Amino acid sequence: MSSARPSRLFRNKSAKIAAIPMIVTALFVFVGGTVWTIVYSFTKSGLLPRLKWVGLDQYERLWSTRKWLVSIENLAIYGFCTLVLVFVIGFILAALIDQKIRFENTIRTVILYPYALSFVVTGLVWQWILNPEFGVQKIVRSWGWESFQFDPLYTADIAIYGVLIAGLWQGSGLVMVLMLAGLRGIDQDVWKAARIDGIPAWKTYLFIVIPMMRPVFITTLVLVVTGIVKIYDLIVAQTGGGPGIATEVPAKYVYDSMFRANNLGQGFAASTMMLLTVALIVIPWAILEFGGSRNRD
Amino acid sequence: MTKPPPILLDGPQGPKPRRVLSRRNIFLYGTLLVITLYYAMPLYVMIVTSLKGMPEIRMGNIFSPPMEVTFEPWVKAWSQACTGLTCKGLSTGFWNSVKITIPSVILSIIIASLNGYALANWKFKGANVFFTILIFGAFIPYQVMLYPIVIMLREMGLYGSLGGLVLVHTIFGMPILTLLFRNYFSSLPEELFKAARVDGAGFWGIYFRIMVPMSLPIFTVAIILQVTGIWNDFLFGVVYTGPETYPMTVSLNNIVNSTQGVKEYNINMAATIITGLVPLTIYFVSGRLFVRGIAAGAVKG
Amino acid sequence: MCAVLPPALSRVEIMSNSIEIKNLDLNFGSIEVLQNLNLDVGKGEFLVLLGSSGCGKSTLLNCIAGLLDVTAGQIHINNKNVTWAEPSERGIGMVFQSYALYPQMTVEGNLSFGLKNAKLPKAEIADRVKRAADILQIEPLLKRKPAALSGGQRQRVAIGRALVRDVDVFLFDEPLSNLDAKLRADLRVEIKRLHQKLENTMVYVTHDQIEAMTLADRIAIMRGGKIMQLGTPDEIYGLPMNKYVADFIGSPSMNFIDGSIQNGVFTAGDLAISLTGYEFTSGEAVDGGATLGIRPEHVITGELVSHSPYCIDVEVELIEPTGSDKLIDCQVAGHLFRVRMDGQAQVSVGEVLRLGIDPARASLFDAATEVRL
Ligand SMILES: Nc1ncnc2c1ncn2[C@@H]1O[C@H](COP(=O)(O)OP(=O)(O)O)[C@@H](O)[C@H]1O
Ligand SMILES: [Mg+2]
Repeated sequence: MSSARPSRLFRNKSAKIAAIPMIVTALFVFVGGTVWTIVYSFTKSGLLPRLKWVGLDQYERLWSTRKWLVSIENLAIYGFCTLVLVFVIGFILAALIDQKIRFENTIRTVILYPYALSFVVTGLVWQWILNPEFGVQKIVRSWGWESFQFDPLYTADIAIYGVLIAGLWQGSGLVMVLMLAGLRGIDQDVWKAARIDGIPAWKTYLFIVIPMMRPVFITTLVLVVTGIVKIYDLIVAQTGGGPGIATEVPAKYVYDSMFRANNLGQGFAASTMMLLTVALIVIPWAILEFGGSRNRD
Repeated sequence: MTKPPPILLDGPQGPKPRRVLSRRNIFLYGTLLVITLYYAMPLYVMIVTSLKGMPEIRMGNIFSPPMEVTFEPWVKAWSQACTGLTCKGLSTGFWNSVKITIPSVILSIIIASLNGYALANWKFKGANVFFTILIFGAFIPYQVMLYPIVIMLREMGLYGSLGGLVLVHTIFGMPILTLLFRNYFSSLPEELFKAARVDGAGFWGIYFRIMVPMSLPIFTVAIILQVTGIWNDFLFGVVYTGPETYPMTVSLNNIVNSTQGVKEYNINMAATIITGLVPLTIYFVSGRLFVRGIAAGAVKG
Repeated sequence: MCAVLPPALSRVEIMSNSIEIKNLDLNFGSIEVLQNLNLDVGKGEFLVLLGSSGCGKSTLLNCIAGLLDVTAGQIHINNKNVTWAEPSERGIGMVFQSYALYPQMTVEGNLSFGLKNAKLPKAEIADRVKRAADILQIEPLLKRKPAALSGGQRQRVAIGRALVRDVDVFLFDEPLSNLDAKLRADLRVEIKRLHQKLENTMVYVTHDQIEAMTLADRIAIMRGGKIMQLGTPDEIYGLPMNKYVADFIGSPSMNFIDGSIQNGVFTAGDLAISLTGYEFTSGEAVDGGATLGIRPEHVITGELVSHSPYCIDVEVELIEPTGSDKLIDCQVAGHLFRVRMDGQAQVSVGEVLRLGIDPARASLFDAATEVRL
């Protein structure tokens, strides 16, 4: 008979079975893995994880290692510049493309294709373009400007900016697409009203359109920031962290500690620091974005 | 009766004349041209470099088109390029990537679409807790979970194998894909789902007979997203596979950045472009769907 | 609290009940949508659930269909307790506002999907599809996909999907709301015909009172998850049990004048209407604060005024001609008062008009409880 109510656990049984991979992943990999790493960051794990507690030793050592400090500094520079530039470039590109131009599709396709490429490919191309013997520097010099100096990848002070160029080339297309979607999502009557009121376009963008695009900006921000923290492949491919340790980044520090230096504890501590950085950005955002939703309706 | 035609007065009349070469247009299209050339330049450089011989590269500049086109760098990159250890070219890596990508894409999409469907249509108690964890998981830097997964794979006997990497890709693809599918299924009219239940279809019946046939676009988007993402992955490849099972990106990096021997830039660029070929093809062919995929995955919360 | 008419008052002969809803509660989390709701629907009855948007009509229908799990109470269909049964096991068919046709299946596929799920023999399926298509005149459309159909055709197919199930109970959730006015009227007639032909039970949700009045054997007026009044269209229109129902039914809506009753006379401002002729629900006149309600079409105008029990002179403030009628706005005892006159009547703004009021056709509500006196 159908009218027997099945027990709570077995209602929607198929749905629950189908969700098992999600539940296992959420609990064991995401929560379990994270907790595991944090716990082991307080141990003296070397080649293999060992539960030998050393308190904050790994963190003290981390923060007194020059390579880590350089990594953090690089991440800060790279992150700050990327953040500012990727938004400025992305928005300007989107605004230009939004001018009802011809060839919109072609232009958009060209600006976005780098995003389809692997960071390894991007890093290697720009390594080649910025090669001082053959690349941009040589060409400008061959035009007669003999003293021209543009050699970021082999100049420790500015090497990270060489990576930045590649990162922007690859990532700005994505921001452009998101911004364009945001612009297109805005009620077009705003533009008509502004035109009737005689407000110049740049003012309309700055004071009306951009504030209206707040949700898009925030999502893009979170996306870009988490992408920045994860940066790894680009560095490995383009500079290998060099020259010297000039372009080391935290993600590479983690990998090197864990799989090259057989110093798991350092890797765990460093990755916990990365987690902390992301948490400091994502949690306030999540609270702002979803925290109020319980009070809605 | 016909009215007499009105008399037109002097002054503006008819459509406002438009100048094609207005200052605005020159500025707008000029800027866009420069930008487009800048973004296209690296691809162009890759292609021309890969078609030149080494002497020509040493002589000329990287932007000049090849005087003598040669495909030898491509052949060498594919089958002979050296990684420092071996000289077998990119082909092994390519086939490894194929063997990784295809099962990963299939598995991750099946699992994520079922998750999304269960979340959107069969809201059971507690489902949203796991989903929230999953979404937060998408923000956790992979580095945090690298080693626990090493242990997990080792326990399962999958560490270093292609199967292990497939599992890793399935796991890390889950948050974004589940979100994508959940949002898509939620956007379908709920009444359809109700109608199907009145018609006596159950969990699997509704999924296969109603939802999947209606969701081909989103499946395409998911496939595009996954193929590109998995093909382009480097970190997981480096961590969870060994030299025999390295995916293409890792082989490429090993070839180009190997410190041994003379640098053969043309081969390097040929190898680079071959690696980029799969995602580029997908990108240029799928166009709008690709854009829709990243926009949907990113914008919708 | 609002009283619900006892079923005995209803003019439909109820042999046995097709649907019985007993003490039904439904909550979404902490939101209580339906509270202690009781409703019986007779066999072969056409019951309309009428109410403004968000009052819980669809929720109630979904509970009957089994698409929502009830929080408390029971639902019986054909004398079987189906409270925990799957939708497909309840012997119901359902038609949705958005048609909810499966877009990738042909019309035929849509009609037969449920039967295939029920594992009926092929011949039987073909038979039933053919019969339903016959009744609804959609045979030429059987091979088409829903995208190639017009709105009216789609809704016909949706009805067909309920029809093939060969069930006793049809549930309609605003089936005509997505159609344009002309089609809506046509399909409304068709649904009524269908009901006469099939003689099965229909529960029909709508927010359109014309639809409710024309289709229903009985109407249940809902508000905030409760049934405010259950009765035939005539009862609902003529004897509204509370002010809400009185206000909700009828367009333009009823005029209300706040005042009080003393010794069988209703007074408000300089108005003093003797209530002789008015049938009090309790049988005799009650004293106290009251609201007098009178429909614009029940105000007497023209030559008949002289015969009416009570007369009043008003100044015409505004005239809205609708073709067949003229709507006159004026003031009575400080309240806006609307009067419906014949479309041919000669009136102009500023003119003084004599109106007649017949207490027998008016309604009186308690000022505090808003229940009919
Ligand atoms: N899934 C839900 N979760 C929470 N509240 C709901 C849900 N569905 C409906 N409601 C609420 O229940 C009330 C009744 O809704 P509904 O039955 O759809 O009204 P209607 O009479 O317009 O069909 C509304 O106030 C609505 O906001
Ligand atoms: Mg409704």
